[in-house]
This record gives sequence, structure tokens and C-alpha cells, in this order.
Amino acid sequence: MNRFVPNCKTLRNRMLADIGVKNVEDLFAPVPEGIRLKTPLDLPPAMSEMELVSEYNRLARENTAAGLVCFRGAGSYDHFIPAAIDSILSRSEFLTAYTPYQAEVSQGTLQAIFEYQTMMARLCGTQAANAGMYDGASAVAEAALMAIRITGSGRVLVSGSMNPLYMSVLKTYLEPGGFQINEVPFHADGTIDLAAAEALMEGGAAAILLQSPNYFGIIEEIAGASELARANRALLVAAADPVSLGILKAPGSLGADIVVGEGQPLGIPMGYGGPYSGFLATSTEHLRKMPGRIIGRTEDRAGNTGFVMTLQTREQHIRREKATSNICTNQALMALANAVYLTLTGEQGFREIARQCWNKAHYLEEKLLEIGCERVFNAPFFREFALRLPGSAADLEMKLIEKGYLPGLPLPGFGKGAMLFAVTEKRTRDEMDAFVRAISEECREVS
Amino acid sequence: MEKSIFRYSCPGRIGVSLPELDIPDTPVPEELARDDETGLPQVTEAQAMRHFVRLSNMNYNIEKGIYPLGSCTMKYNPRLHEALARIPGLASVHPLSPDATVQGTLELMYTLGRCLCEITGFKGVTLQPAAGAQGEFAGLMLIRSAHLAAGETGRDKVLMPDSAHGTNPATSTMAGMKVLPVKSNQRGMVDVEDVKAKVGPDTAALMLTNPNTLGLFEADILEITDAVHRAGGLNYMDGANMNALLGIARPGDMGFDVCHLNLHKTFSTPHGGGGPGSGPVCCSERLAPFLPAPVVARTAEGYALSFEENTSFGRLLAFHGNTGVLYRAYAYIRTLGASGLREVTEGAVVNANYLKAMLVGHYPIPYNDGPCMHEFVAGGPEMQGLGLKTLNVAKRLLDYGFHAPTVYFPLIVKEALMMEPTETESKESLDEFAEALLAIAREAREKPHLLTDSPVNTPVLRLDEVKAAKDLIVVEPREEA
Repeated sequence: MNRFVPNCKTLRNRMLADIGVKNVEDLFAPVPEGIRLKTPLDLPPAMSEMELVSEYNRLARENTAAGLVCFRGAGSYDHFIPAAIDSILSRSEFLTAYTPYQAEVSQGTLQAIFEYQTMMARLCGTQAANAGMYDGASAVAEAALMAIRITGSGRVLVSGSMNPLYMSVLKTYLEPGGFQINEVPFHADGTIDLAAAEALMEGGAAAILLQSPNYFGIIEEIAGASELARANRALLVAAADPVSLGILKAPGSLGADIVVGEGQPLGIPMGYGGPYSGFLATSTEHLRKMPGRIIGRTEDRAGNTGFVMTLQTREQHIRREKATSNICTNQALMALANAVYLTLTGEQGFREIARQCWNKAHYLEEKLLEIGCERVFNAPFFREFALRLPGSAADLEMKLIEKGYLPGLPLPGFGKGAMLFAVTEKRTRDEMDAFVRAISEECREVS
Repeated sequence: MEKSIFRYSCPGRIGVSLPELDIPDTPVPEELARDDETGLPQVTEAQAMRHFVRLSNMNYNIEKGIYPLGSCTMKYNPRLHEALARIPGLASVHPLSPDATVQGTLELMYTLGRCLCEITGFKGVTLQPAAGAQGEFAGLMLIRSAHLAAGETGRDKVLMPDSAHGTNPATSTMAGMKVLPVKSNQRGMVDVEDVKAKVGPDTAALMLTNPNTLGLFEADILEITDAVHRAGGLNYMDGANMNALLGIARPGDMGFDVCHLNLHKTFSTPHGGGGPGSGPVCCSERLAPFLPAPVVARTAEGYALSFEENTSFGRLLAFHGNTGVLYRAYAYIRTLGASGLREVTEGAVVNANYLKAMLVGHYPIPYNDGPCMHEFVAGGPEMQGLGLKTLNVAKRLLDYGFHAPTVYFPLIVKEALMMEPTETESKESLDEFAEALLAIAREAREKPHLLTDSPVNTPVLRLDEVKAAKDLIVVEPREEA
């Protein structure tokens, strides 16, 4: 007996008698003898709660990264997470519920996700949003497939300044369908080369995909890309950093047809990469081509407002091989984290967080330029920027980790000393100044 | 009913406190700056808490009672795992931290991977897939890669039974393959002869859930997987029903080449109202070189993310998978060990058979020629004679304070009620649930309006899905705010 199995031997024997078998083995008779395991599985020995807590604390201590002051982003960001979020997420009613198949006893999840859809659509400047995707990268890939379904073209153009990890996922999702991806180069200032994109448009395409702020933190020319897409009957898919939408123009308002992105910065811990939440927002016109779940508002028999999963005829459990996506279980609890985060921060708080990210990143960049670092790109950026440092980024990374910092991510393709730095509202002036001093000392040693 | 969060909004209210900006303010250039409102609500923390707690009160959940959704394995989610996954040293690390600084997480991932391989009888593993459906995609991509690497370009058919989960055909399409349905026989199992007739030089894979969605173990599994192998195809097992097999039998020993596991089913991680899940994929040595990069390796210097394989089919997520879910699943395996996991499966199978025995004579149970595994399906055409409709039974169960089973699935049983009680239910809880089902069967004869009117004891009455699809209100209109 273990603490997850409640029926003791006496009860179990009574149950077996009611079933009409002598012992448990009889119930496994349908499993052919030849494939029945003859020996126990070779697994580590079982642990009590106390032992397991010690073991996890040991593992946590091995994660020295946890204590570092974080200046790294590249798709995952160290934002502050208000305590109220986890308090909501830990409630068994949200935490342990299944997908809301029985709507009458799932109104909590359904309404919360409806509100999430509303908040995401408003932030993105679109008419609608779905209930969420796995993460930002898979959301980009699903948006590309959606554009292919809408336009009928099997080719997409992707800005080369897209996060390379997102690019890998995009390739993985598009390759088996035989779809083609053309990479659009970017200018020396870090923005997409629209003239090159126009040339690549020859013969038509389903979409232009870009990220703004892009992998290097550079704010892209969304309106121009959207015009180019429109002129060629293609869609513009913009991957947005949701925090930037507190102070930067919404991609939807600039003409993006599908806005996707990573919801991690909105109240989800970095957690070594997951679980995160992708978002996907678009116009009502394209709702039927959308992947994933959509919650809709309706009424019950008494005319009371209620919520249900809607347009399910797009989904795998009904449409099977013709479904818009195979997505089933997604990241509902993480979408809820986003909704609670956006509720707590609200109109004012959210704008203020974005403003602080903007300012702090600019402050750190300025200080690093003062000690002799050089810009890799010159266009305006949000929260993240690439600089060339004297010496080797790989060596510097190790030395700064020893000093208690997780510095920017080395960018090997942009020079030996190139690093991509991210600064969130969590970083204080003192932390930034000390970080600059640490870099300055290390750089002096190499030069 | 709880009003919309936007109805609580009042300009000036805020639910967080932020430090003052302690550096100079650099304005955002006007041409870039957002000039409209974000439209986010403006409420205090207390208002937000009340709103979301009131919403939560309208949800059924596993800590309230039995959640007998078939093929969903709604077992109790240990609270300890929630605490463990939140240890700051594990929860707060950046995914692009150098390997040397995340040895704890990498060790856990490596060991979890080895455990899953032992449980399934395979050699290679990826923990990257975010959910079962993404695991299926990974599995079919492995198969596709192996065929292409062998120069076999014409293999694009996936054989699957008509009882398959909807994700199986949808995934096949995503992986560039076509579905070839195979028949079920009178026993509710895959018709071996039909498989033999349909395999050929165009066979990419057979995709099979075992035990199948009727809760039956495929008795001819070795003959089936062998027929596919002989034709040059590979065998994929959908591991959604792995809760029936822990320590009993392994996909790797049944002729399968690859399977996915749903950590949010078999390995007790919470469903979160529809995710996050996690769908690790375990595979044979032959398929391992094609696994998504990176995989976690143990080296002389410690644990490392290995990108060495240049034959990888690609990447599924930006980072390494739903690590937070992996933390929880590993705790489950370490709590139970080999004998505990076997007790889990035995408990699940006893519970399913017991519940089935309680219902015999009151509900039609098709394909009831012997014991079921961890789940079974009630229903069939006889339901009509009893005045029973699956939808009404399901909704009436809500009135009795229970969650309903999976309804109208698998498609091969008319008016299906697919029930999976799981091992964490006690005999008492199964008795109560069975009594409710029996009471509903009586009501159907004596007071049928109780069923057609149901549910009446729920936060809302039966909802109009047609109206939802027609109106398509998927966001709160601004003017209402």
C-alpha cells in the first residue's frame, strides 16, 4: 500500500469477489504471457516525503544559476511575479480541473480564459485571440500554418532577425508538409530589409513572419511589412513581446493579421524553459482557420450568461485528420497566470512595467557604451540590446557568473565579444552599476 | 454567476506596487509609442482575488471528487509536488543558463528520462514535447526521419484503428502522412487480418493506443506489430493509457518502436484546466539519433545538453520542455518506486473492473467478454430502450455532484460513456458513483424529465452551444467595459 492507493487488502478482496475473479492476476489475463514483465522495473528506490524534500533541496543547490543576477533574455525574462498569482494558480479548482468539457461545472476556467482572450486581443490590437498555445515558438509555427491555410500558398518569408530557436521550431513544423521557408535578411541597423522581402515575394507567399522587438531587441517596421504583405495578398504575422505592448504601438493597429508571442513575461517563472504559454491573436475574419481552443460567450436555459468552448468543429476530436491543428491539452493554467498578471498590473501598472524595462535597458546600454562597449545595431530597441565587448564573450560569461551575474547571451555570429543583454524592471540601479563595474574590471584584464 | 473582471474596473485602481524609477526617464519616440489605452482592467489586489476565487468556485476539480473521464486518467495530484516544483532554485533558473550552473535540473531530467525508458522498455528519450499531441508529432517525425534516412521516400500511410483518439489522425496530417483506417473486430480489438491486408511498401507506421480506448488490451499485439515490421513499417504506441501497464508490460517489449507518455495522466501532474501537460517520447535505439535536439546526456564533466546528433528532426519548443511538469512527475516516480507504480496499475485495473461490475445489468456494457484494463465503455444502441441518452446521463451526474465520464467517445460505440476511475478512488467513492448512475437509470424510466432538464444544481444551467458558435463573442466588447 502507498499513500495514493486507498483500498486495503480486505477491501480489495471484497472488490475482486464482486468482480468475480480470485486475484488481481486474473484481471491481467488479457495481457499475453509472453510480454508480461517477470521482474520488477529497475527504478531508483522509493522515497518518503521527507527524503524527497531533501533530495529536491539538494538538486536545487546544484542549480547555481538560481542565485545569479539576471541580465539574460533571448526568449525568457526575469520579471517580477506578484504573490497573488500563485495563490490563484494553486487553488485546486483551477490547478486540478480537466479541460472544460462539461461546461456547466467548468465556468471558472471558461470565464477566466474568455477574459484572457479579451486581454490578449486588446494588448495586441486585434479583434480576437484564442485560449493559448504551448509557447511563443510553437505559436509562430502554428501561425505560419494558419496563414498557409488562409492563403493557399505554401511558402512563407521569415525575417532573419527572428529568435533562432523560434526559427528551428518553425522549420520543424513546416518541413513535413513540404512548405517552403525563405529567410529575409536584415539591415545593418537590425531591422528587416523590406526591399529584399519584396524581391522574395515574387511568385507569392502566405505570409511575412517577423518578430518585434526582434531577437536583438530591435523594434521592427511592422506597418511597412504589413503594407508589403497586403500588396502581395499575403498575411503579416508579428511575434510580439507582450511587455512591449504596454508602451509600443500594438502590431494589430499597425496592420499585422496575426499576432503571436510568448506569455512567459506575464507572471510565469523562467523555470528552465517551461511551462510557458504562447498566445495567438487575430481578426474575427480568420477565427475559423485558427488553431487551438476558443472560448465563446453564450447563455444557459434561463438566459444567464455562460461560457463554452466554441468552434470545436475545427479541432482534432471532431475534425480528426482535417483539423486546424493537433493541439489538445495546451497550457491553460499558464494562460490563467497571464490573465491574473494583467489584471493585477492593469492599465497603469502594466504601462509602468514596460516603461521601466525601456528605461533600465537604455540606462545599462548607455553605461556599457561609456566603458567602451560597441553597439551591434543602431535602431531603437526595447528591453534587450546587443553589444560588442572587448575580449571573448565566452570567457567573460564564465567570469561574470563567478561574480554572481548571468550576463547577456553570447552572440557568436556577431563577433567574439558580442552579447545580447536584457534588463527587466527587477534590476535596480545599484545592480546595474555594479554589473558595469564588474564588466569593466574583466575587460581591463583582457585588454 | 460572476461578473466580468472589466466590470470591476475603475480608473486609477491598481493591484501591484512598483518601485519608483531610480534612473533618468528616456521617453519612447513618438512614432513608436502606444497612443491608445491597453484596455486592461483597473482593480485592486483584493478585487482581483475575489473575482478569481469566485470564478474558481464554479469549477469541479479532483480535490472535490471522482473525475472519471475515460482516457484522461484524472488521478489525485500530490500536493508535495507543488511545493517541490516551486523551490526557487528549481523554478527560477533561466533556460539558457550554462549547463554547469543548472546541474540539479539536468540531473533530474536525465534520471527522469532513464526512468521513463525503463518503464516503457526503450533506449532513447526526449522530454521536450509540451503535451501528448506534440509527443505524437515527435514520434511520427522520428518514424518519418528513419524512413527517409533509409532512402524510403514512399512511406506516407499511417494505419490506425477507428477507435483512435482524434489527435492521432490530426497529428498524421501535420507529419505529412495520410490516415489509413483499420477495422476493429467483434471483440473490440484491431482486426489483424485487416492490418495484414493494408500494410505494404507505403506503410510509414501503425499508430495504436494500447490498451485501446475501449479499455481492452490488444490480445494480438505481437502479431500486429510484427505484420507492420515485416512490411517495413514502424509501430507507434499512443501512451495515453499507460496507467494500465506500469510494471506489467512495456511497449518496447510488444514490438513498438516509439511511444509517448502523458505525464499529466499516468504520472499525476495536475491538468490545470487544460494544461500544462508534458508528453515525453521514448524510442528504440534505431530512432534515437533523430530525437529533437538537445537531449540531456551524462558526461565525465557532469550533465549536459547534447546537440551532437546532426540527424535530429528539429525542435518542438523554444526551450527544453515543460520542466515544471517534469519536476512533479519525477517526484511521483521517486515516491512510488517500482513496486509502488505496479500497485498504481493494479489499483486502477481493480477499480475499473469493480465499477464495471456494479453497472452490469443496469447499463449496457459492449465488448464485455472479460476483464477490462484501467477503463471501460458503457453505452450502445440498447441505451435507447432504457430511455438513456449519454448527454443526459452526463448532465444528470453533475446534479449528483460528480463529474461526468468522457462522452460520445470512442466513436465505435453509439452513446458511449467512457469511464476511468483511476487507482486513487476508494471503494466507498466508487460505490457512491455507481449508486448515482443506478439512480439515474431508474430516473430515466420513472421521471425522465429529471434527465432532460439536468443539470439544475450547477452554477449555470445547460448552455447553448449553437448560440455560442453563431454569435462568436470571443472577447468582451470594449463598449461594455
